[in-house]
Amino acid sequence: MRPLVALGCGTLFGAGLTLSGMTDPARVLGFLDVLGSWDPTLAFVMAAALALSLPAVQWVRRHPRPLLDSQYFVPEQTRIDAKLLLGAVLFGVGWGIAGLCPGPALASLAAGVPEVLLFVVAMAVGMALRHLQERRSADARDAGSES
Amino acid sequence: MLDFGLLSAVFGGLMIGAAAALFFWLNGRIAGISGIFGDLLFDRRSGHWPWRLTFLAGLLLGYLAIRAWRPELGEINLQSGPVGMIVAGLLVGYGTRMGNGCTSGHGICGIARLSPRSFAATGTFMLAAILTVALLRHSGVFA
Repeated sequence: MRPLVALGCGTLFGAGLTLSGMTDPARVLGFLDVLGSWDPTLAFVMAAALALSLPAVQWVRRHPRPLLDSQYFVPEQTRIDAKLLLGAVLFGVGWGIAGLCPGPALASLAAGVPEVLLFVVAMAVGMALRHLQERRSADARDAGSES
Repeated sequence: MLDFGLLSAVFGGLMIGAAAALFFWLNGRIAGISGIFGDLLFDRRSGHWPWRLTFLAGLLLGYLAIRAWRPELGEINLQSGPVGMIVAGLLVGYGTRMGNGCTSGHGICGIARLSPRSFAATGTFMLAAILTVALLRHSGVFA
């Protein structure tokens, strides 16, 4: 049941990204280009998404658990640290170069444009680099605590 | 008078918000795309790959459904060449993994949960993206 719900939610999400214009890098960079001929339309995407999801998520959290699972899975960290902010800066620079973020990039893979596939493969490599780096520092910590 | 671009932005946004809220209500999980994609690649042992795979497959289906309805909405006007796409992809992948999220996980789901970390991350990546576009298009260094 849960994979089926994920398929439905993913489809709705992908349709929303496409309908709203988020899958077109030209539209995204037009929105980010505040010094040029700024196109503020995409601000309404986030505003509309939050106008619905913010009250809905607050309502959901009044229930002890989700309908189809035993608990909510939300990040436990609360500290705003350098790792969070530096990661956000790097992501923002990449978003500003190509006009693609992960959701729209994956959704528009379906168009079969080679450059989008190139972006997604590079994204996976970037994630792998970070993953390896974190595992190495975790191993180093473990080794340190054993000695 | 209502402009189609504005209407589609609002309705598209409502669909994104509804998808994130439904996913949290039913499955109890955050619809953060970079997290779902990254965990699908690197978290092999937990047995969570089926829903991650179907969620991401849904993204592609959603794109195809809208494009079938109105082909012009499926347009992808690339803004950088292959080298730009590789550099951008590496930064997006590494950065979202380091910062625990992207536009969906922090910008929509995190803010909807009123998470201070997500407010900070969203403000930071928006600003970084705006400055990057300003630098690339208006500084005269790259033009």
